[in-house]
Amino acid sequence: MHLMYFTEQPMSAYPKEEGDRYGYTALLFPNKFFDAAEGSRLYNERLEEYRLVEEVGYDGIMLNEHHTAPFCMQAKINICAAILAAITKRVKIVLLGNPLPIADNPVRLAEELAMIDMISKGRLVSGFVRGGGVESLQANANPAFNRERFEEAHDLIVKTWTTPGPWRWEGNHYQLRVVNPWALPLQKPHPRIWIPGVSSRETIVWSAQHRYPYIALNLPIEESKNVWKIYDQVAKESGYEAGPTERGYLIRCHVAETEEKAIRNAREFMWMQGEFTGLTHPVWAAPSGYLGPWARRAMAELRAGYTHVRGANASLERQMQNLTLIAGTPKTVVEKLRIIMEETRPGILALYGNDGRINHEDSKTCIRLTGQEVLPALREIGKSLGLDSPFDVNTPVSLAYSGVQPPKPSASAAAAS
Amino acid sequence: MSFTESSHDVAGGKIQLLKDGSGPPVVVFHHDIGNPGWLPYYMELAEDHTVYVPSHPGYGKSERPEWARNVRDIACLYQRLLKDLGLNSTAVVGLGFGGWIAAEMATMCHHEFTHMVLVNAMGIQPTRGEIIDQFLISTLDYVRAGFADQQKFADLYKERPDVDQLVQWEINREMTTRIAWKPYMFNQAMPHLIKTVTVPTLVVWGKHNRVVPLSCGERYQQLMPRAKLEIIEGNHYLEVEKHHELARLTKSFLAGK
Repeated sequence: MHLMYFTEQPMSAYPKEEGDRYGYTALLFPNKFFDAAEGSRLYNERLEEYRLVEEVGYDGIMLNEHHTAPFCMQAKINICAAILAAITKRVKIVLLGNPLPIADNPVRLAEELAMIDMISKGRLVSGFVRGGGVESLQANANPAFNRERFEEAHDLIVKTWTTPGPWRWEGNHYQLRVVNPWALPLQKPHPRIWIPGVSSRETIVWSAQHRYPYIALNLPIEESKNVWKIYDQVAKESGYEAGPTERGYLIRCHVAETEEKAIRNAREFMWMQGEFTGLTHPVWAAPSGYLGPWARRAMAELRAGYTHVRGANASLERQMQNLTLIAGTPKTVVEKLRIIMEETRPGILALYGNDGRINHEDSKTCIRLTGQEVLPALREIGKSLGLDSPFDVNTPVSLAYSGVQPPKPSASAAAAS
Repeated sequence: MSFTESSHDVAGGKIQLLKDGSGPPVVVFHHDIGNPGWLPYYMELAEDHTVYVPSHPGYGKSERPEWARNVRDIACLYQRLLKDLGLNSTAVVGLGFGGWIAAEMATMCHHEFTHMVLVNAMGIQPTRGEIIDQFLISTLDYVRAGFADQQKFADLYKERPDVDQLVQWEINREMTTRIAWKPYMFNQAMPHLIKTVTVPTLVVWGKHNRVVPLSCGERYQQLMPRAKLEIIEGNHYLEVEKHHELARLTKSFLAGK
């Protein structure tokens, strides 16, 4: 098992009532509600918590990036990763991930990531994402070309890491006169690439075609199973058998000394109005062209207000019931996590421990209790279920390094395009 | 009278064309929300003109040119369509976004148009105000923003537009995203190029246009050597809400009066 810690790093000092008043907490939610003094405190508290994460035995720290929203203060994932590279010694630094389409120069990202890999002495996992619609809008990166830019930027970064320069790149969306960076990753052939997602078929297929582990973000168990069905099928068509080493799962999981306190704090996942519980704006979340034609009709109805997002306002109780949110003492959360592990068989498990206004002390308590009492139990369960991580069995970093024939275009790929 | 519909292959993609009337040709380029059908404005023009209304490549029933990246690409495709139709000397009317396309075409081929009518045209950066950013609001809100009288919107699209209409708007908006995302709704070269266009031009603006500010109309008029500006009561979709008045202005201008 690879067990990692995650938090969105919320700007929890923002006034929630203002978010309710505006009806949204992203993009056009005014940044006058950001308090830099509180921001400074929160950034530093998070760094102290990350040190504790390593100390109590987690294998990794997962980071993500969002923009123009209080639910995530990471405006540049690579900055936090660089800090972690210097202040931690052992944990993997798992970026899930850099939003590629909003980058105008992917080679610069490749350089930054190489620096993080070298400074951390080879502890980088470099995940990539498409970024949400809000990321496209705030960066003014064309959402209609989001997927094309994602794939081309990925190809360019991997080539930058693996093909000695200088060379020239004349792509569809990126053109670079000279690619020849002097910062290259320590890990060879290149750092591992993991791809997080919320069940978009195209991304699952693409990940499987590359043999990149797919990290299912807080999906209900049944939806996760559908993800693995698609992934496993594409893997087979691509010439390999997928298993726990290709499966990751992120679950909100807050641990406290008592059930009551854990559930009280878990309400903060709702308060924050973040990715999984937030006020989503149907136009901004997926601008026209961001999703494929398959989504056009449903999105048109949603944007016009004819329909509403399913389960967007599910209660805490409902979310706890369907195991998309777990809270409790170490004993109770282990039993619930066991169900998830048995049902979905991930080799990579991210525990999203803290959110909202859960204070620094309670955050540290959650991290400590999880590290001391939950992780050892999960390792045992993982062992008994054969849930190996990519590190446990040293899987190749991608299909290209797997020694199998390059995949032919599959029926699944054609269906997704 | 009933219009005819045809399909024309240009650069490997089909362009849908509606046509009616007889007399000197006038080509109407529609808004970014697409052409809602054969409008009363077209009918009035068709009383003494042959009226051509193509759907822009990537809009309506016209196929999407996946490679197109800007409005000038669309203008180039339309140059070829006009050549194929034998329209070497024609009047043009550009409505909103279609006005931008017409202006681009005029900068490319100065002798092709006999007259140009730019109605609430995009394509030039406003000096005062901003072109409303459709990508921050729903298409429904965007379309409604261009109507002074919401009843007129309901008459054309229904109070609650059909889902098929929403989907068509979505397809059109995707194409607008592909070709007009940045800079949004204008070409930085336009002020420099449009100065060279000597085609007699009528710029018509809705006094209360909430989509494209009047400063865009004033700029077109000031920069073009043979342009005049008419400001009428109304918002963005003058061809719907003020079709009699717009048709009268258009026909009078095309007749050289």
